[in-house]
Amino acid sequence: MTETIAQWAPETAESVWTRISRSRGRGAATGESPLLAGVLIAVSLIFLALFLILPLAVVFYEAFAKGALAYLAALAEPDAQSAIRLTLLVAAIAVPLNVVFGLAAAWAIAKFRFPAKSFLITLIDLPFSVSPVVAGLIYVLLFGAQGLLGPWLKAHGLEIIFAVPGIVLATIFVTFPFVARELIALMEDQGTSEEEVALSLGASGLATFFRVTLPNVKWALLYGVLLCNARAMGEFGAVSVVSGHIRGLTNTMPLQVEILYNEYNITAAFAVASLLALLALVTLAAKSLLEGRFKDGHSAKTRGH
Amino acid sequence: MKGLSSVSVAIKRNSIIPGFGLTLGYTLVYLSVIVLIPLGALVLRASSLGLSGLWNIATEPRIFAALRTSFSIALAAAAINVLFGGIVAWVLSRYEFPGRRLLDAAVDLPFALPTAVAGISLAAIYAPNGLIGSLIAPLGWQIAYTPLGIGVALVFIGLPFIVRTVQPVIAELEADVEEASATLGATRIQTLWRVVLPALTPALMTGFALAFARGVGEYGSVIFIAGNLPYVSEIAPLLIIVKLEQFDYAGATAIATLMLLASFSILLIINLIQAWNRRRFGQ
Repeated sequence: MTETIAQWAPETAESVWTRISRSRGRGAATGESPLLAGVLIAVSLIFLALFLILPLAVVFYEAFAKGALAYLAALAEPDAQSAIRLTLLVAAIAVPLNVVFGLAAAWAIAKFRFPAKSFLITLIDLPFSVSPVVAGLIYVLLFGAQGLLGPWLKAHGLEIIFAVPGIVLATIFVTFPFVARELIALMEDQGTSEEEVALSLGASGLATFFRVTLPNVKWALLYGVLLCNARAMGEFGAVSVVSGHIRGLTNTMPLQVEILYNEYNITAAFAVASLLALLALVTLAAKSLLEGRFKDGHSAKTRGH
Repeated sequence: MKGLSSVSVAIKRNSIIPGFGLTLGYTLVYLSVIVLIPLGALVLRASSLGLSGLWNIATEPRIFAALRTSFSIALAAAAINVLFGGIVAWVLSRYEFPGRRLLDAAVDLPFALPTAVAGISLAAIYAPNGLIGSLIAPLGWQIAYTPLGIGVALVFIGLPFIVRTVQPVIAELEADVEEASATLGATRIQTLWRVVLPALTPALMTGFALAFARGVGEYGSVIFIAGNLPYVSEIAPLLIIVKLEQFDYAGATAIATLMLLASFSILLIINLIQAWNRRRFGQ
């Protein structure tokens, strides 16, 4: 039999186009039988519905289980409000810092040749392979009361652990590679010829960067910022270790979700959680849109997780 | 993982492009301050324990049980994800059906949804009075607050690693190999099993390793559904936090060091798989 289940679908112009482009080069011999295809699709649908769609739907269902008024009241709580403010503040510090780093790292790595470059890239990716709890722990070991720098910090009246700076540091750590890796991949792909043209025509280094390089990487940059921001606002494990859970002071939104849930204030926990889930949905939508953009450009093939 | 191709870019060291010293310097300083020095603090603490100290702590019954729980359930969840994630990747790449694009985008949900949100949602679904928990309770089954619950959370967290690693490889499969197999008389199942699957194996293994590494360290989505019973459903990252709350820095450091060693080994294995794969396909 010919390819797939596509025959069941309403034949919009788009689906015809995709089907044709998909089946290109695949003859009758290289598709699954309709039975096998149907089973595979059914297994996928059930699995994804169970593990992805259901948890997402339950967040909103539970958040509104006691009505819109209870939902709004939960979000209007002073503790919830201060958690929202702190989360925004932390992201507003961590994301720009990682953007500056990402641009600098990508410039150095993609535009020049130097030894141990791939080792440097491995080091930049390192935070992705460290457990969030370990990420928090390393700052406690460095800056905590019993930490290496703890006595010195105390003598100078500086607080990092159980205070906002620690939360910012832990957040920067877990979001460290997002912007850099998107930019490195794209800028390595683009090479240096356009910059060399601009420079040889007399543009300054900064002008070349802002008027040639930056416009070339703007979508990848936005993509990295998007992922970085989503993780920064949603980080739980690392922040949990360094925050000290002081209500109204060092509670971010995910930590507030935990506290409310452990107090059996389920509706309020899911109300705050629903804002984070909304952020995730917006992120995913923007990500899909951006991936469409990428595919128009010449870089899509080099990206990915 | 990307091909770290230091290949194509043919730049001389004395290129006319400015800013090398500044940007590399800034990169190294920022990397050191945020990542290397704090990790160094952990290594320093761990080295003061010594190998025997590390070993003694790791074999304490409660810590050993937590490490075993984390590693074994992460392995099982990654294996489940290889099966279902592989099928999902195949279906999303090869078939056209209504809602395919939406589902394709939804695969990234575990990356985007904060882990604490996923955690309370999964706990609410699988609790004995929850949507699925109440369905299976009459059968005498319980998922939330048992090791099974940890497995559910780790399957959720690990899914995109498999799907997103395998999808590009499926897209690049050459149709003529499958056609040749069919022409030579193989049934479709034989072709899938003996031609397609071997081509996907390195990607599946990489995805498995990534999902496993993530699962071992995962905290936020697990603790709400796990029940956190010592010796039964207590994961290693949670035990780090318990140790910190008891001001047992040595214990916390030892567990963290072992987890770090494990994730670096996994990273190494992934690189070896990819090197082997490049050799095999002569890229």
